[in-house]
Amino acid sequence: MPLTLSANIPDPDGFYDDLLQAHDGLSDAESHALNARLVLILCNHIGDRTLLRDAIDAAKTTR
Amino acid sequence: MVAERYKTEFQLYPYQKVPGQSGAVQRHPVVIVGGGPIGLALALDLGQKGTPVLLLDDHEGAGLGSKAICFAKRTLDIAHRLGASGPMVDKGVVWNVGKVFHGENKLFDFNLLPEEGHRNPAFINLQQPYFEQFLVEEIRNAQKQGAPIEIRGRNAVVDLTPYDDHVRLTVDTPDGEYHLEADYLIACDGARSLVREKMGLTFDGRMFEDNFLIADVKMKADFPTERWFWFEPPFKNSGQSALLHKQPDDIWRIDFQLGWDIDREKEMQPDRIRARVDAMLSSQSGSIPNYALHWTSIYTFQCRRMKSFRHGRVLFAGDSAHQVSPFGARGANSGVQDAENLAWKLDLVLKGIAPEALLDSYATEREFAADENILNSSRATDFMTPKSGISQMFRNAVLDLASRHDFARPLVNSGRLSVPCTYDGFAHFGPDALQGPAVTRPGAPCVDAPVGDGYVLDKLKQGFVILALGGDRPQTVRACGVTPRVVHIAAPSPELSARYLGSAGHAIYLIRPDQHVVARWASYDPKAIAQALSTAIEGA
Ligand SMILES: Cc1cc2nc3c(=O)[nH]c(=O)nc-3n(C[C@H](O)[C@H](O)[C@H](O)COP(=O)(O)OP(=O)(O)OC[C@H]3O[C@@H](n4cnc5c(N)ncnc54)[C@H](O)[C@@H]3O)c2cc1C
Repeated sequence: MPLTLSANIPDPDGFYDDLLQAHDGLSDAESHALNARLVLILCNHIGDRTLLRDAIDAAKTTR
Repeated sequence: MVAERYKTEFQLYPYQKVPGQSGAVQRHPVVIVGGGPIGLALALDLGQKGTPVLLLDDHEGAGLGSKAICFAKRTLDIAHRLGASGPMVDKGVVWNVGKVFHGENKLFDFNLLPEEGHRNPAFINLQQPYFEQFLVEEIRNAQKQGAPIEIRGRNAVVDLTPYDDHVRLTVDTPDGEYHLEADYLIACDGARSLVREKMGLTFDGRMFEDNFLIADVKMKADFPTERWFWFEPPFKNSGQSALLHKQPDDIWRIDFQLGWDIDREKEMQPDRIRARVDAMLSSQSGSIPNYALHWTSIYTFQCRRMKSFRHGRVLFAGDSAHQVSPFGARGANSGVQDAENLAWKLDLVLKGIAPEALLDSYATEREFAADENILNSSRATDFMTPKSGISQMFRNAVLDLASRHDFARPLVNSGRLSVPCTYDGFAHFGPDALQGPAVTRPGAPCVDAPVGDGYVLDKLKQGFVILALGGDRPQTVRACGVTPRVVHIAAPSPELSARYLGSAGHAIYLIRPDQHVVARWASYDPKAIAQALSTAIEGA
């Protein structure tokens, strides 16, 4: 299964709100740590090394 | 005079004057410089094959002090093939329970439940001097049975000149200097290799440097036989990480990773060491057990290797060729694999059976292995000593998650157990015409499994072997003057089937003298086996 880069999240505004709310009241350092934990949890959920490599590549491409 | 660079724990090969020190210069087929674990294993292996070997060491036995303690299964399997593993396993300590801490908090416990059906445990803890002593004892046994091995203690190599077809050595002894010649010189003379230096050869590759305070403490108290590892230990001045585990004779090994920029003299003060050790040993129980400092030292470690392990008639093995940081115990363990890779090749070359080019495969295979070991220790180092803010962030995120979630625990890296490498895609291996289990694919070291009341590795000794599982007993083949022994196991045990057959009903394996798989087939094809055998000896 290839990396999904088309819209896949139901209720996008609600999801985005959850993400920002998780960071509410956190210092920058705490926010970074939360992001790191979130990345690790999501990567483990995906599990597939090829998909993970593709996702890292997609994230690295900024233009 | 031969300088004493260190004290010995056991005197194993006292100096004796031999006739070769005076008169005409003598030529030896193989001279090994250095009687550490690697030189000794190589001497024993070659001698048992009947190839004469002279080992020179500048001391008279095993050095005193803290060195290797963790010897892995493959090393024990090799020692078993050499007949030396019994006393090692008897004396060694096996631990299964580990605890991982981050600062004040315990993150998790683990239990390394061993996989069933192997003769040897995944590893043992045993002080290096014992390891060397047991090898020397087996060398003495082999000598009694006629193995052509000679060890000369307090024989320091002080100079050498390599030629196209031999090497000339200058050796210093308590009775002065003498010369000798070697068809092949094997440098097992450790990290500060004089042979390497005299040949003007250097180390390449990534450098990693750190200081470790190592305290071996003697403790009679009832202290659990567990491995405790701390990231960011909470005890004052303890550095980046700390480790505690048990050795034989009521000795505990404690490592403190102190970092690069330290005042060595200050860190070696007994009061300062005791303060750290007190804090560590009382951290779980609240009380300081009775202990004595047995040996303390500060070590620096590096990760690097020589670009090439073969330079004509000079070959490098063990620490002289490569060094790794201690995480994962890959120094002595990988060096013993160097020795077993080299022993059978050198033996075949000296007997005129294999072309000299076979020795190049020693270099390429073991350089690859060294890279794998360096990669593993560098990754452990990066986890333990994060190099940037973001790597620190991820490291601590992993540790934090590991205290609550099982998934993060495999990411926690305090050193991976040393396992032998698989020579995937190298020129001296043949086809995989079985499509069997990956663990036993061509290039892999044979894994153990029960056979009758013994184990399969017991049967893979003395040269090349054709291992037939299930089916009929095959005939042997002949190529390059070599005739493998046939081992037929008509009814493989469940473990043997799982590890060597997978879903196949029968299989034929061709196995090298170092117990690595050359090639495998679903059915008997003598032409294909002979072809693979010649590939193993002469290359593709
Ligand atoms: C604190 C510490 C912990 C370690 N823990 C582990 C571990 O748990 N597991 C593991 O696998 N490895 C471990 N290692 C690494 C391991 O000790 C080395 O990899 C191992 O000793 C290398 O063996 P060697 O035979 O290549 O060299 P050495 O053991 O260094 O032996 C070299 C020998 O050559 C002799 N020699 C040197 N120069 C000359 C000369 N010019 N002439 C004659 N003789 C000479 C020396 O006297 C010595 O006897 C550890 C090392 C240290 C320091």
